[in-house]
Amino acid sequence: MKRDYRRTPVLLLAGLAIICFGALLMSQKVSAAAEGKITGTVKLEGAAPHMRGIDMSKDPYCVKQHENSPAHLENVVVGSGGGLENVVLYLSQGLPPAAANEVASGEPVFDQKGCMYTPHVLAMDINQKYKVITSDQTTHNIHPLPNPLTGNIPWNESQPPGAPPLIKSWKAEEVAIPVKCNIHPWMHGYFVVVKGPYGTTDTNGSYTISGVPPGSYTVTAWQEEYPAQTQKVTVTAGAPATADFTFKAK
Amino acid sequence: MAKIFAVTLILIAIGSAIPIIWHIWEPPADISTHGALIDEQMSETMAEAGLSFLAAQFVLAIFVWIFSNRPKGAKIGHFPGGATAMVLAGFLLVGTEVIALGIFGSRAWASVYFQPPAADAMPIQVQAGQFAFYFRYPGPDGKFGPMHPNLINEANLNFFGLDYNESATKDDIVTAEMAIPVNREVHLLMHSKDLGHSFYVPELRIQQDFVPGLDLSVHFTATKIGKYEIVCTQLCGLGHYNMRAYLYVYSQQDFDDWLKKEAALQ
Repeated sequence: MKRDYRRTPVLLLAGLAIICFGALLMSQKVSAAAEGKITGTVKLEGAAPHMRGIDMSKDPYCVKQHENSPAHLENVVVGSGGGLENVVLYLSQGLPPAAANEVASGEPVFDQKGCMYTPHVLAMDINQKYKVITSDQTTHNIHPLPNPLTGNIPWNESQPPGAPPLIKSWKAEEVAIPVKCNIHPWMHGYFVVVKGPYGTTDTNGSYTISGVPPGSYTVTAWQEEYPAQTQKVTVTAGAPATADFTFKAK
Repeated sequence: MAKIFAVTLILIAIGSAIPIIWHIWEPPADISTHGALIDEQMSETMAEAGLSFLAAQFVLAIFVWIFSNRPKGAKIGHFPGGATAMVLAGFLLVGTEVIALGIFGSRAWASVYFQPPAADAMPIQVQAGQFAFYFRYPGPDGKFGPMHPNLINEANLNFFGLDYNESATKDDIVTAEMAIPVNREVHLLMHSKDLGHSFYVPELRIQQDFVPGLDLSVHFTATKIGKYEIVCTQLCGLGHYNMRAYLYVYSQQDFDDWLKKEAALQ
């Protein structure tokens, strides 16, 4: 039989195509050009609850830091336009495994300043490194209290004035881990450990979740006082999707 | 050599006694009504122990001086009556001293602990927990609302676990600093949230441990207006060094103003 020389280039091309397709499937990084965004605003409907003032008299250094600006609880922080701050938004459903396991770049920072935690709520990915620093001239002892059943292990560490930053990470998803200071009982905050891209609302209640691969998702909005809310969105490569939330004051 | 040692001994003994006799490091002035007996007890103890100490050092120095440079093989004397007599003598000497101090001191103790608080003493509740003291005033109804440990939520400043829907709790005033009116007896109701702490105000001559599980109390009257420090004096963890609150003794008017201000912050 005469050999069919047309088969070879076809086979070569097919092989090349299979190799390229395989490489694409196995690649962990999603191409930046194809990523979308979800933006929105979170508002509080109704009168914002009164945030009580904090008496820090047991530590005169803390009192001094608030001489001109008294400290208040930060459980519900509402901006002038009704925007709710410190709400964490993340994709609870719909993330392909590659994107879900991808760790966001950057190292979020949690500061102990004026004997309060700044920011009050810190969002991060599983295994994403975050930094705990102290800007105060009094010793703090930060104590995150994760639920041990998740696999996250509680720890506490002292940071006297001038102490170096602590670099830590969490190995399991947990919404959310309460954080307290063993020395100053009024200090309270949260670490919110999620999978995939996330965003946190600012003083206007606005947020942006970047780096979202095109697809259909459920966005969950978490706030420490109010029950979480969800919304379904579809993200395309060209236009950012929008998801606004409204929490009702009790 | 031995004589030099004897002289050094005397000098050290006198040197240690001087700061005590000249009251160089005095406890702070007493601002309580019961403190006089406690201070008297302290002075008596200092005097008895001090005199015994000086006597012992002097006798030792004298013996060292007299019997220094004795030739080798010289006869060594014994306490008259032998070892048993010596032990008995020591027992009686020290025992009498200790028992005497105990008997005198029991008056000071009884005046604080065996005397119930006056019927119109002002009740104030204090809770000790790692690592802060929080106080509660009963408010106009004079009643403390019940505490529910499952409701304790420091993130919401609910340190006592109060349910503000309950009627007795509605007017309770929770504060991080303690204020009392001068010359008014205070009945301090103490409990611990977690483990052992202690309430100590040096000027008030009051020091009482918090024992977890027990509701304890002390009562006292402050006689001098001012700001004093309440410190935890029972090691309770890594934050023990920072565990304190401030006590303000105010005039009745200032105290009423303070209480009104705190009530508004609830």
